[in-house]
Amino acid sequence: MSNTVLSIRNLVVDIPTRHAVLRPVDNVSYDIAAGEILGVVGESGAGKSMAGNAVIGLLNRPAHISGGEIWLNGNRIDNLPREKLRRLRGKDMGMVFQDPLTSLNPLLRIGDQLTETMLTHLDISRSEAEKRAVAALEEVGIPAAAERVNSYPHEFSGGMRQRVVIALALCAEPSLIIADEPTTALDVSVQAQIIALLKRLCRQRGTAVMLITHDMGVIAEACDRVAVMYAGRLAELGPVREVIQNPRHPYTDGLMGSTPLASKGQKRLRQIPGSMPRLGRLPAGCAFNPRCPKAQDACRIDPPPTMEDGRAACLYPIEIEKKVPA
Amino acid sequence: MSALISVSELTRIFDVSKPWLNRVLERLPKRFLTAVSDVSFDVDEKTTYALVGESGSGKSTIGKMIVGLLPPSDGHVTIGEVDLAIERDKQKIDQARREIQMIFQDPYASLNPRWKVRAIINEPVAARGEDTNGLAERLLEQVGLSAEDADKYPHEFSGGQRQRICIARALSSEPKLIVCDEPTSALDVSVQAQVLNLMSDLKDEFGLTYLFISHDLTVVQHMADKIGVLYLGRLVEEAAPGDLFENPRHPYTQMLLAAAPKMDGFGREVEPPKGEIPDPINPPSGCAFHPRCPIAVDRCKAERPKIRQVGGSRVACHLAE
Amino acid sequence: MADTGLNTPISKMTAKSGRGAAFWNSDLVYSFRRSPVAIISTLVTVILVLTAILAPLIAPHNPFDPSTLNLMNGFSQPMQPNAFTGETFWLGTDGQGRDIFSTILYGMRISLFVASLAVLFAMVLGVTLGLIAGYVGGWVDTIIMRIADVQLTFPSILIAMLISGIARGFTPVQYRDEVAIWVLIIAIGLSDWVQFARVVRGTTLIEKNKEYVQAARMIGRSRGAIMLWHILPNVLNPVLVIATISFALAIIAEATLSFLGVGAPPTEPSLGTLINTGRDFLLSGEWWILLFPALTLLALALSVNLLGDWLRDALNPRLR
Repeated sequence: MSNTVLSIRNLVVDIPTRHAVLRPVDNVSYDIAAGEILGVVGESGAGKSMAGNAVIGLLNRPAHISGGEIWLNGNRIDNLPREKLRRLRGKDMGMVFQDPLTSLNPLLRIGDQLTETMLTHLDISRSEAEKRAVAALEEVGIPAAAERVNSYPHEFSGGMRQRVVIALALCAEPSLIIADEPTTALDVSVQAQIIALLKRLCRQRGTAVMLITHDMGVIAEACDRVAVMYAGRLAELGPVREVIQNPRHPYTDGLMGSTPLASKGQKRLRQIPGSMPRLGRLPAGCAFNPRCPKAQDACRIDPPPTMEDGRAACLYPIEIEKKVPA
Repeated sequence: MSALISVSELTRIFDVSKPWLNRVLERLPKRFLTAVSDVSFDVDEKTTYALVGESGSGKSTIGKMIVGLLPPSDGHVTIGEVDLAIERDKQKIDQARREIQMIFQDPYASLNPRWKVRAIINEPVAARGEDTNGLAERLLEQVGLSAEDADKYPHEFSGGQRQRICIARALSSEPKLIVCDEPTSALDVSVQAQVLNLMSDLKDEFGLTYLFISHDLTVVQHMADKIGVLYLGRLVEEAAPGDLFENPRHPYTQMLLAAAPKMDGFGREVEPPKGEIPDPINPPSGCAFHPRCPIAVDRCKAERPKIRQVGGSRVACHLAE
Repeated sequence: MADTGLNTPISKMTAKSGRGAAFWNSDLVYSFRRSPVAIISTLVTVILVLTAILAPLIAPHNPFDPSTLNLMNGFSQPMQPNAFTGETFWLGTDGQGRDIFSTILYGMRISLFVASLAVLFAMVLGVTLGLIAGYVGGWVDTIIMRIADVQLTFPSILIAMLISGIARGFTPVQYRDEVAIWVLIIAIGLSDWVQFARVVRGTTLIEKNKEYVQAARMIGRSRGAIMLWHILPNVLNPVLVIATISFALAIIAEATLSFLGVGAPPTEPSLGTLINTGRDFLLSGEWWILLFPALTLLALALSVNLLGDWLRDALNPRLR
């Protein structure tokens, strides 16, 4: 792809502990193109946020990148010194977290936070930055933006705060946005507003988005492609419609099947037995094998092949047969 | 079928005023938050009644009033024949209480970290000085854990397993009704399916009645026999899931259903709902939904709609038909 | 790539099994093993406490049995044979020929006895009041915490002096020495409960809103049962930390009061009393009578305090 914004190659993140070295992200590779929304989905502990934090350079010690490469707009960024990476954050990468309050300074007016960010990263005058701050707030749908620039974060509701965070993430015109569970703390009606906003802004600006979430519905509605993670590894990667309607990895299949939406009208939900293994207690071979209905002996020996040869990291992927009419 | 619980004109008002001294110095009036306002519904025996709503809808407050954690400001909760708020006979209250149990949202906070699982499960029975021999072990097996787990501490279990322990505790006093306050919202989807299946099985096995409180429409649709939709402390619509999802009659229900993400909604462009939930301290006049309602008329601003029967549903909207 | 030691626990090195291994590998013990300060201060504390407890077995003399004293031994210098009797005392003797080493051992017993009972008293009082204030709330909370606030505005040593002064005033002269120790314990305890109450109240406020407490309320358990069985076990970690640090402070408070003459009587001298006595001889050149009790006090208070600091860090997950 020529317009690839973010490219992750064989990323490995390790956390050395006194008992063992934990590996929350294990050999993960994916690309995000300009204007594309890539959903990263998985259950808690799947390593989806850890991969996002590795890209932003916000891994908390002792977690660190111990293998692989991260490329942003053709430049390698995983081995940059801290200070360079800090400049890159904000300028080339915007971030939206689950709790908007963690991204906003409670003591500064939001207008000042926007202008400061722009003045740090863009070559513009203060008056220009102030004008753009108002425009940015209008763009994310904050009513009476010209007056609200003088408000403090606590004067906004949860949904409005998340809009401010999005404005802040976008104001330096980054080429990549990493949104980690941006709507999890919000109500359904507000969630729909925020998702619609993210989609619109990214399409207009051609920003690449990594949307990390556990909500299949959000993935289906917002994303172009989806990466399914399980126990730190990629289980499946592909176009969102393909992955949801014709999952090829048994885990994806189970995940889709266990949402109440997918089993409409059935008395019992389909369930995956057991729970995700803790890091450091991963089974040999495919991490999913103890819960997998199709596991064979081979699955218990070697980790499954990586993504190069197909969509799913599985030795015995589900054949495409049950074509559901879309 | 007879109603196991009957909730009538239930209202709860919280005093959210600043401390007395601040009020006097800053000349502020007292402030009250109406969390639940005039809510009435019946839950039939051996059914699942779901309360859905967004934050501030008062769904958890109703649950707390039903189990007796909060006294109502007005209105009544009747369990069987007993009205907990006015009943003075201790024995009757105790009997009514043991027929209600609760499962909480956060499986990490709802088990005492210093207690062994056995003591946790036995507590509702042991607190009454009754025999608990083998009870925890039996219940653990019933919820899909093993009897040996009784000697462990909560931190040795995953979120889904902890929620199973909570269910075992709720079952120990052989209740008729279990109030489930967002029982799976802290769990992953695959684990959520396990817990919901378990709850369905136990319901059949023990003839339980559930009051299911949730913000997740998909879970509610799967579990409920009847759904009550709450908005700003008021019951706006009540219907069976088929009716509610096929033919929502209240504009708020319609908005909620349209906004919920759908698994087959690839690239769906919906007009997102307008506005946000109003401040419950100063709710809008008349129908609380009228500022966001696409079809509101003048009457909606002036007069609060009474809930009335429309088709198979009960709806609180002047215009519904 | 999968066999980079991902699943090999390092704890294999310690070839222990079962409960012992679980204890050995628990976070607290691990943090202890890794902290030289904790190990040394524990060692010092244990040695000092053991020698104090076993004083009658260890001490070469019983300093309070007049029949064993020889006035000729008075003012012996440390490690030097006495000019008259030729006897050698490790740490010298005081004016009455008492062996300083022995008096220190016996003095430490008194100091430790007073400090532990005082902390125990403060702990029981503070934890009880803190639990009640936090769980019951309302005006009960207001009253308890305002009393605590008022008490905090006075230096605790002043309160201890006040209490011991009042108690002395009410005690007939002939009983004063007998009750002096108990007055001391109550005085120090009463000046120290506030810390326990504040911390326990704060933790209780957090715990009481957790769902396990709601679950217990719902099944109709009484307030007392919930406080005792549900909340108390969950507020004990910070109490342990405060108790350790308070213990060091109580040792010093006891020494201070005794030094000021309102503490342990000369018939049952504590480390503070010994220091007070030694002060008179400092200017006349008999430095050892003051120095050695003072050093013991320093070692004891410092090691307990360092232990408390380590415990606070080790039990606080945010600092790990």
